[in-house]
Amino acid sequence: MLCCQCNQNEATVHLTEVVGDKMKKVDLCEACAKAKGVSDPAGFALADLLLGLGASQQVEQSAGAEGGQLACANCGFTQADFKKTGRLGCSECYNSFADGLEGVLKTMHKGTRHVGKVPKALRQVRDVSDQLKTLQKKLDKSITTEDFEQAAVLRDEIKKLQKRLTEVAAPER
Amino acid sequence: MNIHEFLSTPLESCQRAGPHDGVVLSSRVRLARNIKAVPFPGRAKKSERVKACDLIRKGVEELPEMAGAFADSMEHLGAMDKQILVERHLISREHAAKSAGSGFVLSRDETLCVMINEEDHLRMQSLQPGLQLKKAWQAIDEVDSRLETKLDFAFSSDLGYLTACPTNLGTGIRVSAMLHLPGLVLAEHINQIIQAVTKLGHAVRGLYGEGTEALGHVFQVSNQMTLGESESDIVERIHKVLLQIIEHEMNARSSMLQTKPKVLFNQIGRAYGTLAHAHSITSKETMNLLSLMRLGVGQGMFPGVEKALLDELFITTQPAHLQKQFTEKLEADERDILRADMLRDRLKKVAGPVIPA
Repeated sequence: MLCCQCNQNEATVHLTEVVGDKMKKVDLCEACAKAKGVSDPAGFALADLLLGLGASQQVEQSAGAEGGQLACANCGFTQADFKKTGRLGCSECYNSFADGLEGVLKTMHKGTRHVGKVPKALRQVRDVSDQLKTLQKKLDKSITTEDFEQAAVLRDEIKKLQKRLTEVAAPER
Repeated sequence: MNIHEFLSTPLESCQRAGPHDGVVLSSRVRLARNIKAVPFPGRAKKSERVKACDLIRKGVEELPEMAGAFADSMEHLGAMDKQILVERHLISREHAAKSAGSGFVLSRDETLCVMINEEDHLRMQSLQPGLQLKKAWQAIDEVDSRLETKLDFAFSSDLGYLTACPTNLGTGIRVSAMLHLPGLVLAEHINQIIQAVTKLGHAVRGLYGEGTEALGHVFQVSNQMTLGESESDIVERIHKVLLQIIEHEMNARSSMLQTKPKVLFNQIGRAYGTLAHAHSITSKETMNLLSLMRLGVGQGMFPGVEKALLDELFITTQPAHLQKQFTEKLEADERDILRADMLRDRLKKVAGPVIPA
């Protein structure tokens, strides 16, 4: 069997992927497998390759509809680069290519929003902001009911929390 | 200290025991992380990679878990050193190809291993013998929590941890186990299992990704989806799948013994015969035959033989480990001869298989 990439060498790396009732097969020679990074036994690039190929097509299609070559303003990475490598250039690329990626992520993952670990600093910011919102609502309510004693207490608490928010938002590194 | 002095001997590394280690060779949890301000390694300039590597390496080496660790730049490791690390499953082949601007840190007990500037700035992994995914996850979670106070990771509240490849986006987690499944291969049930596991959204790969009949009947099962599910849910889901695979493997082994004992004894007996008497043998054949002998040990066909012996030979007969024992550069056919010499010597004291009562 010949390699499906170069059609020259004997294919020695075979991948079969079953998604629903569809089966996809990829047969690669040693050199192409290496070039694609699929010979890595500890990594999972083989599946990435399949997903990556599909992924790049989708990004291309969505960008093609708008016309022109989309590039990341931060690192200059283009969709052509993504098509070639199946990788993005920098963390900003996720914003630059957000429209095209949305559909890709849907086919690749369980959801399109992160569920799970959040860095502690961000978690604290989130927690404190949530608390602030609740307190602010209480404050508004006590003002409408003219409970000014309570409002004063709440105002002080809010001040404290706001100070805390600036602390956790800019931790010392 | 160089990496050879640092690494435990193959025998020591094979004596680490864990739950279900007759089937599950090892559990691994890997997290991918990137530094916000630097382009991903594939895109960053060399100067940026070197700078990021130094910064990350310093952060990693300062971790209490990394006291007495081995740390080096990939440019200081020779081709054979790197191949040895690949054969121990401590670094990926992709990482072995890296040089200046990439690094490697390995904890003293070899359970934590960090690749710097592989596909992502940080690929940190926790390894445990047997089926211990939760323990591996907790260990690497702790390392990650310590590191995030020193390094500014790329994170978005919608998409989670941002990775070079969108397939790792979100949690950046890859939970995997290396499984020894000779029973399912011999009983020809392996394809059904692979299909079922794939349908559940997990990936199944061989030891070297070479099609379904993996070398040495070793398979890797891992999660494929990283976004939209929490780390602990992913760990739990894979754990349940693995428990089922273990059950199927054990059933396959015992039903082979009952329904096709001659097929089983024949395969294991021939494996022993070849390994103990060959004068030239390839690494691939060695792995497959050692796997059958390991199955025989599990079935009580080699009384007094520990499976650690087979696991050790599984490592020491691989090309770089074999080459390491000789100073002159060996060609493949010379290695085949020396491999056979070593196997005959090591199996000299192992008596032939007995039929289990």
